[in-house]
Amino acid sequence: MAEALPAADGTDGGGELAGLVACPTCDVLHRLSEVPPGATARCRRCGTVLLAPRDSALTRIVMLAGTALVLMVAAVFFPFLELQVAGLSRRSSLFDAVMAFSSGLMLPLSFAVAALIILLPLFRFAALIYALGPMAIGWRPAPRAETAFRLAELTKPWAMAEIFIVGVAVALVKVAGLAKVTLGPAFWALVALVIVTVLKDNFMCRLSVWKTLEERRAT
Amino acid sequence: MSAVGMENAGRTQGYLTAHRAGLIGCSSCGRVQRPGPARCVRCGGPLAGRDPGSLQRVWAWLLAGMVVYIPANVYPMLLTSTLGRTTENTIVGGVIELFDHGSWGVALIVFVASVVIPIGKFIAIAYLALSVRSAVVIRGHGRQRLYEVVEFIGRWSMIDVFVVAILAALVQLQFVATINPGIAAVSFALSVAFTMLSAQSFDPKSIWDAYEADDT
Ligand SMILES: [Zn+2]
Ligand SMILES: [Zn+2]
Repeated sequence: MAEALPAADGTDGGGELAGLVACPTCDVLHRLSEVPPGATARCRRCGTVLLAPRDSALTRIVMLAGTALVLMVAAVFFPFLELQVAGLSRRSSLFDAVMAFSSGLMLPLSFAVAALIILLPLFRFAALIYALGPMAIGWRPAPRAETAFRLAELTKPWAMAEIFIVGVAVALVKVAGLAKVTLGPAFWALVALVIVTVLKDNFMCRLSVWKTLEERRAT
Repeated sequence: MSAVGMENAGRTQGYLTAHRAGLIGCSSCGRVQRPGPARCVRCGGPLAGRDPGSLQRVWAWLLAGMVVYIPANVYPMLLTSTLGRTTENTIVGGVIELFDHGSWGVALIVFVASVVIPIGKFIAIAYLALSVRSAVVIRGHGRQRLYEVVEFIGRWSMIDVFVVAILAALVQLQFVATINPGIAAVSFALSVAFTMLSAQSFDPKSIWDAYEADDT
């Protein structure tokens, strides 16, 4: 699918350069012919996926991001876990877990945890909807859509909802001997959110999105 | 040129990089453009050609991550009080306790996330940075894979910090049982963040530059 470029090329006019792709990982130049939906073009040298367009990917990404946004709101407001021991019970929300470090020196850690499991995921979903939503319904991209999408990509490693879920599982095992723990609706909302996020990332081909953004912006 | 170099020369021939063509390829969107502007015409990301400061940032963040990893292991991660008795648990102490309770699977998860991954990551990043600097040409594909694994798996070390947060939020039953976070939670979280920044500062293109250096 992807052809490495003969050495003589690559020095012609500015419009010509738009047809080339430099592998983001190893910098090898490729001239990509139209990649049909469902197919995957990989870098010839390092194997990084260059283009993997999927049918109506934009619409699906925006819808999944919308779903994830709603699920996150539910996860924050519903009860998360309930602990019962010797007649006492304690209900805690996601927000309580975030504020666990709010005493004294550890306050910054509380903010960091809030950012990693609630704020950054929320920001990413909103940025994706803002950047891709108008294009999904056939409009021109919104102003500064490029910045929104770039920030969403940049913050991707720092959105850690799925790691938090595994943390919950480990915590449950740790208190199992001490008390009885019931999972609240917020826990299941967060699990659903993780699944939706994985599905969304599956449809997302970074380079195709950038190409589409540039093309739609030009027309 | 060594025998390895000759072998590599044969393998890399025919691959023209944007850099060699006198152009710049954007690392975030793949757009090819003429050198000059500081930002990519397509995505607005910074365009740095080959960034000479990249390795220095890798080492700086890596060292910071290693330094704060020490207190993370020395000081307690969890302070548990049950019926007036307080016990302190370090990272490794928590793993041993889980193991004693017979929860081997979970003990293994915590051990891998809090000990094996961080230390493995220190070694892997140092190895990648060293192999670029000394231009020791080891197979590019192997190092590329190593870099991908480091980037993918590093964030998972954060598990233990989340476990502490959940336990501390949940177990607050005055006299019967309370769990409070220890100072190690902060230094461990910092260590994970610093090593993530270190891995992100590493420019994967430099892996392939060293690979290529032999056949030019
Ligand atoms: Zn490549
Ligand atoms: Zn770009």
